[in-house]
Amino acid sequence: MPEHTFKVNGRQVTVDIEDDVRLLWVLRDVLDIRGPKYGCGINVCKACTSFINGKAFNPCSVPVSQIGPDDEITTIEGLPDTVGRDLHPMQEAWIDRDVPQCGYCQPGQIMAAVDLVNKVKAEGRTITDDDISGIRNMCACGTYYRIREAIKQGAENM
Amino acid sequence: MAARHSSVEQGTTTPGGIGRRRFLGYLIAAPTLAVAVPIGASVLGPAAARALPTPVPEPAEIFDLSDLILTSTQPTANLITVVVNEDGTVSFSMPRAESGQGITTMAAMLIAEEMDVRVEDVTVTLADARPELIFNQQTQASSTAITMYEPIRVAAALARGRLLEAAAIKLGEEVRNLRTDAGKVITKSGSNIPFADLAVDAANVATRQVLAELRPQDQFKIIGTEVRRDDVVAAVTGRKTYTTDIDFPEALPTMVARPPMIQGTVESVNNLDEVRNMPGITDVVTISTDAAPDFSHSGQSGVAVRGRTFGQCIAAVRALDITWSGGTVDGASDESVLQQLRAAQAPFSVPSPSPLDEAAGQIPLVTEGLGELGLIEAIEEEFVFYWRSNSAMEPNVAVADVRDDSAEVWTPTQVPIWTQQQVAEELGLPLSQVTVHVMRGGGAFGRRLFNDAPLEAVRISKQTGKPVRLMWHRTDECRAGRVHPMCTSRIRATYSKSAGQVVSFEQRHTSVATDYTEVFGEMLLANVARLPFTNELAVAQSVFLLTAAVPYDFGAVVLGLNEIGAFDTFNTGSVRNLYNMDVRPAQELMVDRLAAKLGKDRLDFRLETLESGRARKVLETVRDQGGWGRSLPDGVAQGVAVHEEYKGAMAVIAEVDTRPATVNRQIPGATTGPRVTKVTLAVDVGLPINPLGLRAQMQGGIMTGIAHVFTASLHLRDGNFLEGSWDDYRYTRHWNAPPEINVIVLPPNGERIGGAGEFPVAASTAAVACAYAAASGTMPTSFPIGHNEGIPFDVKTFQPPIPASPTNGLEFYPAPKAATGTFNPAQ
Ligand code: FES
Ligand code: FES
Repeated sequence: MPEHTFKVNGRQVTVDIEDDVRLLWVLRDVLDIRGPKYGCGINVCKACTSFINGKAFNPCSVPVSQIGPDDEITTIEGLPDTVGRDLHPMQEAWIDRDVPQCGYCQPGQIMAAVDLVNKVKAEGRTITDDDISGIRNMCACGTYYRIREAIKQGAENM
Repeated sequence: MAARHSSVEQGTTTPGGIGRRRFLGYLIAAPTLAVAVPIGASVLGPAAARALPTPVPEPAEIFDLSDLILTSTQPTANLITVVVNEDGTVSFSMPRAESGQGITTMAAMLIAEEMDVRVEDVTVTLADARPELIFNQQTQASSTAITMYEPIRVAAALARGRLLEAAAIKLGEEVRNLRTDAGKVITKSGSNIPFADLAVDAANVATRQVLAELRPQDQFKIIGTEVRRDDVVAAVTGRKTYTTDIDFPEALPTMVARPPMIQGTVESVNNLDEVRNMPGITDVVTISTDAAPDFSHSGQSGVAVRGRTFGQCIAAVRALDITWSGGTVDGASDESVLQQLRAAQAPFSVPSPSPLDEAAGQIPLVTEGLGELGLIEAIEEEFVFYWRSNSAMEPNVAVADVRDDSAEVWTPTQVPIWTQQQVAEELGLPLSQVTVHVMRGGGAFGRRLFNDAPLEAVRISKQTGKPVRLMWHRTDECRAGRVHPMCTSRIRATYSKSAGQVVSFEQRHTSVATDYTEVFGEMLLANVARLPFTNELAVAQSVFLLTAAVPYDFGAVVLGLNEIGAFDTFNTGSVRNLYNMDVRPAQELMVDRLAAKLGKDRLDFRLETLESGRARKVLETVRDQGGWGRSLPDGVAQGVAVHEEYKGAMAVIAEVDTRPATVNRQIPGATTGPRVTKVTLAVDVGLPINPLGLRAQMQGGIMTGIAHVFTASLHLRDGNFLEGSWDDYRYTRHWNAPPEINVIVLPPNGERIGGAGEFPVAASTAAVACAYAAASGTMPTSFPIGHNEGIPFDVKTFQPPIPASPTNGLEFYPAPKAATGTFNPAQ
């Protein structure tokens, strides 16, 4: 079986698995990193959203063979470490606003929100309602309104 | 014995009253303090004793589904238990499911309130299936708050009483000189003992009966305050454990290849060995996928694969070469079902001035006064509601470990006892050998009222002899998953312009049969004799009559339900709400038309005709706080609706923008279209326990309402549904969620508890539909409005039954596709 080496949440890992297995399953089923969720497996729902080298992506749609030894994957579990704190400001905003209902989509929502705010900041802007309306992450409990509030609040502290 | 009350008086105050009633409970023999209370000890009885006003109201108004659940859960004299731990924290194992409704948080608040402990010091877990609780472990129809409010508080009050007793002995004080605060017993002189130091002293060597008094409502310190979800930190850090996350390495990922038609059957698997030898795959077996333990219904089946990762299971499902034989609805389409529904529609029966009326089976009506009404005119409309999916974000899941003489199942079931019974029956095991662990669910919406996933999981585990971690693919969720049945609702209303009033209102609902047999069915049959109307109604009609009502005084009101097909012809269930999510929006659209005919403002007309004071109050609240009648540009308009159900009342004002610039806004990969820009919702649930959680529930219901008006539906074509994922099934997304929502929770109105989870769907759907009608100057009669506006997605593969995962995820974020176009039904 082919070996794949890369970094996840600051830890170097090597897994033995077929090339075409999508990274989501390597994270969840092989490495026991359960924060990224399955909601569709076809890059639609965004429940699995994580970072590769600091940018958001959807591991359900990336074969593990495309991840190289220099690539660094960050899942929701590793998000606080990216700012050297116990909780990322976006997570704090999420708690403050009591955003989750069932919570299943929320790891993906938070990762997408952080990525969006990073992008908007890099463009020298502050986040707008239109930016938020472009987020694709699906939530069947309908927490969108609180997510909108929490993103604005979290962005202020990022 | 200082805390023991001198007289035994069971409560006699009126329902909803706040008299000093006393409640019975038990101190349980245990190493630390443990108390228990029978669920159903409540004196809150059905409202059956309420005098029938005239004219005779629709059944739902005097005895609704909440009452049914309450009475069904009363006779089971069984216990819920609160334990005080040695560290002073309190534990409660709750016989309910938690899928995001916030009921564990609510339970913690109730306990904290009665015991004077901090909410965060109360840990609420979900109890395994407890067969002795009969109907008392279901989580459905927003009934949890209604049925659990009192028993939980009684248990907590007993615990506090016993802690006071133990402290009194320890301190040589009298109980009446002691009080509790912040997890401590405090003396008059100000010294204190923490509960932690009393938990063992307060333990009991023998179980005995005691009485407790509940804290009166005017002394509440926690109930009614805003408390965050008990699992909010776990949820945002990825640490919340859902079923497929559990630490059970031997339970390998498992998926099922499902037929290309609804309820098809496996004839043969033509490449079994090839698939068994695929990388990572450990097992391939054919199993029944029937939702009931015996195979007498449809005999539907599928092929299960078990492997190292779900990714490899997906590959194996796709590689299977299966010959299928027919399903239950081969060839059926939206069009053919609509024809069948129309053929089954009951004729209107209220006497009508229209010469076209062919009233058959007229029912006697009180028509006195008709003479003074002058000319009576009629309006009539047929509304069509297409299929909606009740899929949650977390798909159907179950972990199962079946041994020769026992079985263990983990699943987010809403009906644990039923799950346990069905699993036992399926495996031929005694009930006592089956353990069902209730996991926190990633949404439920009615889907987890059925045992599809746990039954499949135990069948696969039994056949392979190995533990399995079963998960449905998203595509299966759309096509094999349960749907809210397609239905039509015909309404005819008559009115007198000269008298300025509605004379009659008749609604004939016709639906593809809904599957209630497994849960509601049992409960209804057990209670039929107690229902205040005929006891010969079919189950579906009972549910219909228990939930449907017209909140307005519209003279002679007639409601009826017809169904087509058997309960299991399609895989059906409810979506957050039962009939009202269709019945009420149809009514409210007609109310707008009646207001126009009678020359009245839509909101004033409702206010004038509403029968209940609570409903008028919430309507006045949204009128005043939602800016009713404020000036809006052409193409933007408000809609208003009122709804009463689940022991509560709610009113909603929605604003919808149908201007071209909004409708045609471009967002990559999004179906845009009309936008709900503002929603004001006022809700009276009786006693709001946690307004923060309640507002969240209301917001969620609004999102569902918006989806049901515009875009969320399944298209039936040639015996199966075309949708295969989110994006196809177009639930509300960030781009069509309202930027402004104001939920007003009315202050406590008595101590009666209302439900919340499903409540807002009907009113929100209705208000948004009415706003759209006003903004576009059209009368929408087919829902979702976008259903017949084409299929704006590529239909995913039926054979193999699930699509391959893409490989280009590094090239595309966030949207892999160009825009799928806008949706502009007004054009
Ligand atoms: S599971 Fe990855 S986008 Fe849905
Ligand atoms: S919180 Fe349940 S799906 Fe988003």
